Amino acid sequence: MIDYKMKLEPNLVKILKGEEGDTKRKILETLVIYGDAFNAKRMVKITHGEGHLVTSFGTPIITPVYDCFDEIIKAGLKVKDGFTMDPRPLDHDGNVKYSPLDKLINGTAVFGKQEYYEEKLEKVGLKDKDSFSCTSYLPECGNTPKKGDILSWSESSAVNFANSVLGARCNRNSGMIDVFGSILGYVPEFGYLLDENRKANWIVEIKTTKIPEAQLLGSAIGIKVQDGVPYVKGLDKFIGNKLDEKTISYLKDFGAATASNGAVGLYHIDKVTPEAVELGEKLIKKDAKVYVVDDAELERVFKSYPIMWKDKNAKPKVCFIGCPHLTYYQLIDWHNRIKAELTKKGLNKVTTEVVLNSAPKVLAHFKKDHPEMYDEYYKMGCKLSSICPLMYTSNPLTHSKAILTNSNKLRTYSNARYEFDDKVLDLITGGKF
Amino acid sequence: MANKVFKGRVITAGDFIGEAVVSHQGVNTLATFEKSAIMRSKHVKVSDQNNPDIFNKDITNKILCLPLTIGSTTGGMVIQTICNMGSNPRAFLFSEPADSIGLSGIILAKVWQNSNVICLDSLGDEFLKTVKTGDKLEIKSDGTVIILS
Repeated sequence: MIDYKMKLEPNLVKILKGEEGDTKRKILETLVIYGDAFNAKRMVKITHGEGHLVTSFGTPIITPVYDCFDEIIKAGLKVKDGFTMDPRPLDHDGNVKYSPLDKLINGTAVFGKQEYYEEKLEKVGLKDKDSFSCTSYLPECGNTPKKGDILSWSESSAVNFANSVLGARCNRNSGMIDVFGSILGYVPEFGYLLDENRKANWIVEIKTTKIPEAQLLGSAIGIKVQDGVPYVKGLDKFIGNKLDEKTISYLKDFGAATASNGAVGLYHIDKVTPEAVELGEKLIKKDAKVYVVDDAELERVFKSYPIMWKDKNAKPKVCFIGCPHLTYYQLIDWHNRIKAELTKKGLNKVTTEVVLNSAPKVLAHFKKDHPEMYDEYYKMGCKLSSICPLMYTSNPLTHSKAILTNSNKLRTYSNARYEFDDKVLDLITGGKF
Repeated sequence: MANKVFKGRVITAGDFIGEAVVSHQGVNTLATFEKSAIMRSKHVKVSDQNNPDIFNKDITNKILCLPLTIGSTTGGMVIQTICNMGSNPRAFLFSEPADSIGLSGIILAKVWQNSNVICLDSLGDEFLKTVKTGDKLEIKSDGTVIILS
């Protein structure tokens, strides 16, 4: 048995001794070493049993993941309350265009093990075939923790949202660590699980003249604070202080950019997010650093992004809107904005391939409540998909494509070009750079 | 010039002499490794265009010196995978206490792949200010790092 520093309950000591099998021992051993490295004093029970896993893609190279799942299955272990997953990497419903060569490469070298992997996921506790989204915390998706719940989740944007907007408690767990905690029902107690680490070590003062683009502001803060906890002041005057669908959509996009451009797992928005409402500036550490964000700072950050397109004035080949996946509110909003822009320009259809991404269950909600809007999206030349656009760009053939997006997260991980919502709207309806 | 010596906390021990590649900003693990991993390249050529310190550099079998890792929570699994492929940096030297994602990858590689990847953290800001890409470093299993002159 390994040496360990934390205090373990007798049932966990038995597991660590291998009395419940070697696989369970290795799972706990991984979590104990992980916790000890962060000086966790103990393992604590998770209070929201549904997991969320980030590794949704069956790429052939991740053999350690397959081997590990095989061991878990062989040992008869699974996540008791089930789990949701990040989005699937491919769209098989014709909503994303693939050339024959794309299909060949996606089906072999890039995601050739997708079905093989999903069979394993089902055996370990995947909730259902529509449980693939990075926004599984949305009400339609049904994996929504309560304030104070302890989780064993991954996906940087989901952990960030759960901690910040829902007030749940979860560390930025890696793929595999996520499922280990969910199987055991325990996680090491450190980091964002503890009150003292939920205090802000950065104050961000918003001094812009208008509402900042959510994903640009998030990027600026992520780059500046890295893994810090920012307390954002002055944003409430633009987004209000009610956590309604519009504000939740804004914070989802903002948070994803803080997490991908930096390593933010928790933020507080003065007068808006639950702990900031409850505790106010008591949440700020005495020695917190200050970052002032004004129009000039946002412009500086935007101009710092490298443009990876070979022809910087190219017409976009494809545009992805919705990374992270769009909310119900955003599906309605984008529909109305695209329709209005087309009408203004006297057009019937968008001028480039446009894919709007949302969770399967959010799309189903949207289709049920607004069948006319759903149909109209397709009439306007847009497609609705539940793909992960980030995974779309894993295919090397996409690296030379002029991909446009309103997602700073997608920009970070690919050659896609990030533009503000208004500019994206213009470019997909015939506008030029 | 005298050798400069730093001491870190040992996450996974090992003795190694090799060449440093230095990132002064957080290393985005997914953005750094994904393209080389998907292409099954034997050597990782850094694909993160947002990190000018290491963009396009070959980091396989090198000593990656960094403050922390940032970005996607796939990061730990990505480190585990590149260790399994044998294209990993031979050592990760964190100037700060290692973050949860970077450290997960090292632990997963050690426990499940029996990898010999070396990891030290808490080497301090001065370490990252001093070490330069191309420097020859000696790492000792007690957590000592020597910048060889």
